[in-house]
Amino acid sequence: MLSSKRALTFGAGALASALALAACSSGNVSTDSGSGGAAGGKVTLNLATVNNGQMKDMEKLKTEYEKANPGTTVNFQVMEEGDLRAAVTADVASGAGQYDVVTIGAYETPQWGANGWLVDLTPDLKSDSSYDVDDILPPVRDVNTYDGKLFAVPFYGESSILMYNKDLLSKAGVTLSENPTWQQVADAAKKVNSADTSGICMRGKPGWGDLFAPLTTVVQTFGGNWYDDKWNATVNTPEWKQAVTFYKTMLDQSGEKDPVSYSFNECLTALKEGKAAMWADASVAASMLEADDSPVKGKMGYAHMPVEKTKQSGWLWSWNLAIPSSTKNKDAALKFVKWATSKDYIKLVGQKIGWSNVPPGSRTSTYEIPEYKEAAAAYAPITLDVMSSVNPKQPGVNPQGWVGIQYVSIPEFQDVGNQCAQLVADYIAGRGSVDDALAKCQTLAQAAGDKHKS
Amino acid sequence: MNRSVKGSLVTLLTWVLVLAFFFPVFWMILNGFKPESVASSVHPKLFFSPSTEGYQLAMDRGMKGYLLNSLTASVTATIIAVVLAIPAAYALSIRRVKNVENALSFFISTRFMPLAAVVLPLFMILKTLGLLDNIYMLAVVYGAVNLPVAVWMMRSFFLEVPFEIIEACRVDGAGLGREIFRVALPLVLPGVASAALITFIFSWNEYFLATLLTSSAARTTPPFLGSFVDGRGQFLAVLSAAATIAALPVIIAGWVAQKQLVRGLSMGAIK
Repeated sequence: MLSSKRALTFGAGALASALALAACSSGNVSTDSGSGGAAGGKVTLNLATVNNGQMKDMEKLKTEYEKANPGTTVNFQVMEEGDLRAAVTADVASGAGQYDVVTIGAYETPQWGANGWLVDLTPDLKSDSSYDVDDILPPVRDVNTYDGKLFAVPFYGESSILMYNKDLLSKAGVTLSENPTWQQVADAAKKVNSADTSGICMRGKPGWGDLFAPLTTVVQTFGGNWYDDKWNATVNTPEWKQAVTFYKTMLDQSGEKDPVSYSFNECLTALKEGKAAMWADASVAASMLEADDSPVKGKMGYAHMPVEKTKQSGWLWSWNLAIPSSTKNKDAALKFVKWATSKDYIKLVGQKIGWSNVPPGSRTSTYEIPEYKEAAAAYAPITLDVMSSVNPKQPGVNPQGWVGIQYVSIPEFQDVGNQCAQLVADYIAGRGSVDDALAKCQTLAQAAGDKHKS
Repeated sequence: MNRSVKGSLVTLLTWVLVLAFFFPVFWMILNGFKPESVASSVHPKLFFSPSTEGYQLAMDRGMKGYLLNSLTASVTATIIAVVLAIPAAYALSIRRVKNVENALSFFISTRFMPLAAVVLPLFMILKTLGLLDNIYMLAVVYGAVNLPVAVWMMRSFFLEVPFEIIEACRVDGAGLGREIFRVALPLVLPGVASAALITFIFSWNEYFLATLLTSSAARTTPPFLGSFVDGRGQFLAVLSAAATIAALPVIIAGWVAQKQLVRGLSMGAIK
């Protein structure tokens, strides 16, 4: 009994000590207590963001901003993409006001702008000539505009390109033009394919942002699309079937083994280790393939995304900074957003972190900086070329009722895209037929489209 | 098959199972010491020149603050759950209170509802009260979420206490407080330790509520670990390093409480 009593006393003491220790030191994740307004001239900005290289660099450089703006503290809250969407949507939609600056994708901007959840940045940015809003790449500006109002500004943009290992292709006697067709790429992949190296690596992991990012662009260049301009779903059309069948056949004949477990990072590793010869994916991958520690640095060739019936088939994605209407620190938030997406910030990244780390795909002037042109000589020209030439208002053969390339700007699309991706991934893995997958997908897409028919 | 061969086979099977369960943990620890390019290689590598870069990166991102928030939330939630569960479990086992006997199934039924169904009303209530992103609010929520499990566990431990001992202390004139805290509780201390540890572990590992109910000052470790996932870059080494650091407190707590835990887990067995 006595030992049990001692144990209880010890346990209670230990718990109390731990609590006291924890209580004394809790909450030091941020440097101030929440977004506590501008009391006493001090402002704390809470910024919710995604974990990518550009934002990690911005987190390192925020001290420069804080030094130049005494009294302002910027708290970075970095999240995984899915968590970011859930947390920021809950906050912004309910007007909770926990975040002063949010990172949103091009998919969200027009929808959130239409809902009145975001501050219209147009008047402030247009009136500031030093910010030079017209310098933002026009297609990126288009996807972040709703009803003529700019609701978010990009700090990072990307399109998709074809990347290939020149050594592996020349060994197989294959050459590619700067604007290849999908059939030429599939033929080349077949020739290069061997037991050790797959001819091509393409995403197959289910998800609207995984498999369906490249596949939607393939569908669009084959003449298909998710909807016509009257929101009738068009997934059960011959163009879709042709595109999806082509994608699977190419992967079966010369793609990576088990493609449904491959997305961006897996293909990146395969290319770096010489396990795949070609890859059509986000343009930012080129900077990783050309990084100093990459075994394939200097061995890669780059071309426009392959086409079939359209002239271009690259996608368009941007991560952007926006200010929720519910913020209590609008002026301070706007000042920070302007700094983080300015020409000067891009130069600051180059000088402090390195010219190859400069945020790509946001401003035309970035591609005129001599140091950047030199550091990114292998891939900067083609990135700018592709990003300037894609048309988010009509990426496919026929007109569409939304602005965007590899997604549809309606709230239901995430769910429809995820479910359809699962069905198509099952077909790619040989667990179902293409007709079944597309028929089910058509029903899902139509149910979502019906809500938008006027 | 003779007895020794059978015994060897059982031992072999046990080792295979132990290794199968331990391997992912071992791989996580190993990956934490690999350079990023080696960790994400197509062909997994067992031999490499170790690096502590992953640990350095995780700590540079301010992991200490998130660990302290997790500690605050978990310890406070554990205290809340244990302090409330002891009298509740007592009233449902030894000193039965007629009016609340049916509450037992109610307690556990609160665990049937998925958290996703509760989170939106909870978010709106906390928003109205101005308690979003508050670490003590999170601790109260964790305490409440884990209370039913703690009550159920402790009730089963209290039921094991021989009633003769309780009767004897009552005959000797002990009041209710003395009966609970001086007589019954010391007998079920290992059970209390197990319930506390389970509450601590559940609170420490909780991801979903922490992601939605906190934004900055009260962020805990699990959403911080999630933040290393990068759709456009390799992250396995740094994530493994951060996950190893995050797992340590739970492993240490389990190791320290091992003896009590084993006793607690066997308390339900026939003596």
